[in-house]
Amino acid sequence: MAKQRLLIVDDEPLARQRLRDLVSDIGGYEVLGEAANGVQAIALLQHAQVDIVLADIRMPVMDGIELAQHLRSLEKPPHLIFTTAYDHHALQAFELNAIDYLLKPIRSERLATALAKARPLQPEQSQALQTLQQTHAHLSIQERGKVLLIPLSDVLYFRAELKYVTVRTREKSYLLETSLNQLEQAYAEQFVRIHRNALVARDAISGFEKQRISEGEEAGETSWVVLIRGIPDTLTVSRRHQHMIKAT
Amino acid sequence: MRKTSRIPNFRNLGIHLRVLLLHLCLLALLTVYDGQSGWNVTLWLNELARIGSQWAPPLLLVMGALTLAYPVISRWPYRLALASIFLLAISLTAFLAYGYHHWITPLATAQLWQLMLLCVADVLVCLYYLDLLQRAYSPAIAEARLQALQARIRPHFLFNSLNAALSLIRSQPQRAETALEDMAELFRVLMADNRDLVPLSQEIALCQQYLNIEKLRLDERLQYDWQLSDLPSEMMIPPLILQPLLENAVYHGIEPQSQGGMIDIEIRPSGNSLLLRISNPLPPRSDKSGGNKMALKNIRERLRLHYDLEAQLRQYEADQRYIVEILIPTRPLSEVVHG
Repeated sequence: MAKQRLLIVDDEPLARQRLRDLVSDIGGYEVLGEAANGVQAIALLQHAQVDIVLADIRMPVMDGIELAQHLRSLEKPPHLIFTTAYDHHALQAFELNAIDYLLKPIRSERLATALAKARPLQPEQSQALQTLQQTHAHLSIQERGKVLLIPLSDVLYFRAELKYVTVRTREKSYLLETSLNQLEQAYAEQFVRIHRNALVARDAISGFEKQRISEGEEAGETSWVVLIRGIPDTLTVSRRHQHMIKAT
Repeated sequence: MRKTSRIPNFRNLGIHLRVLLLHLCLLALLTVYDGQSGWNVTLWLNELARIGSQWAPPLLLVMGALTLAYPVISRWPYRLALASIFLLAISLTAFLAYGYHHWITPLATAQLWQLMLLCVADVLVCLYYLDLLQRAYSPAIAEARLQALQARIRPHFLFNSLNAALSLIRSQPQRAETALEDMAELFRVLMADNRDLVPLSQEIALCQQYLNIEKLRLDERLQYDWQLSDLPSEMMIPPLILQPLLENAVYHGIEPQSQGGMIDIEIRPSGNSLLLRISNPLPPRSDKSGGNKMALKNIRERLRLHYDLEAQLRQYEADQRYIVEILIPTRPLSEVVHG
């Protein structure tokens, strides 16, 4: 039987070293790579087929819980085992939803058992992780079989169109399969609703202007628009949301 | 280290502030009803100012005299000390009243007696209040609270460090040894009875051991810079005042950054106090591991039990850095604690 391939994700070099040692003791597994955070892990997973990911929970840039949810948008999601020293909240949720985890310092026998019964994250388990951590630092977008990670801080606005939501950054636009309401709930701190179909990053607003609307239902009327920092786009502020102009 | 006299410590700023506050409340109460019906805030404030200005000179004079006399009085037996406080207050008030009578407006004899009566009642109320206060913070209770407040280490730190030491055993057994030795010493202090003060140099050594362990895990991500100048290293400070702050700095300032960062530690005398300042990079906005309030609250409470109002702890953000400052009086503790 071919060896199962592993990816170790932990921000501490010594913690990765220890997992490597233990895995080689157990035998039958091959460590394909190491990553210091979730973003590095996703980047590695684009090119390599990995069977099991061992991921720490607390990491900079992208933590284990967010990584778990982005893993699901991969074509063949690897199995996932969390490793953690201590995280009361997460552990409770893991217990409740039978999500695999190992407590550091990790024992060889425990690791062997966990590796043997590793399985992909089930939808309800992913749901549980979602409730554990509502907000993400990144959006994962599937494009031509790959997963793109977009730092939320790069997003200037979201606009709903038919089935998708357009995500606009300074350089590009992407399509995301979600609802504006979900985004609004998760990122109420950074984004503000200006229209039934648009959410704008608070930091991206450079000003407001009165303009005559040229298209859509309200064509011909004058209305307030939001000016976006760095790009020429403008977004209409609907009458219902005009109070936000005063608030910002 | 605690003084045994039951007399309130008149060398403590906190006592003076409390007495002044008590008088403000009493005077405010006195002026609430002036015989007229209805409310008139302006009249009421004027009345308060008028009474206050009459009350202030004897009060301040007596407080000043007590501050000067405290080292002597505190060595006397309790009853004698109490009697001397009364005597001091009455004679100073009488002296002021005589001066007022003589140079400003003559007072009727009845008024003089009224004044003396008020003075005695005032001293009685103040001493009773301070005695109650002292009981509330009596050594037994204060010690019980200090014990409950003993610094707690994050489980996160314990297990991660053990994990790091374990991973060194195969490749670098000597580094693993040092790491475990450092940990043993750190935990010995953490589990010790930490109610007594320790020399500043000891706390600094402990912090260096702590940082060694963290350096093991975080490697070049953790940078730190000690700036120590003119240290009174034999000065005594409450134990584990600095270490929990460093732990916070590492947990919130360094760990969430993939590039790591620099922790600046500055300790130097500043006027009559010792200044301890720790600064770390602000965590990225997305970091949600809140809850550093516990350690800060804990330290604040311990400083208050040890120094009452004379020690300060403040935290603020400047230049993308999070800064915590502690000021501890350099005077010997026996002059500070009022418990």
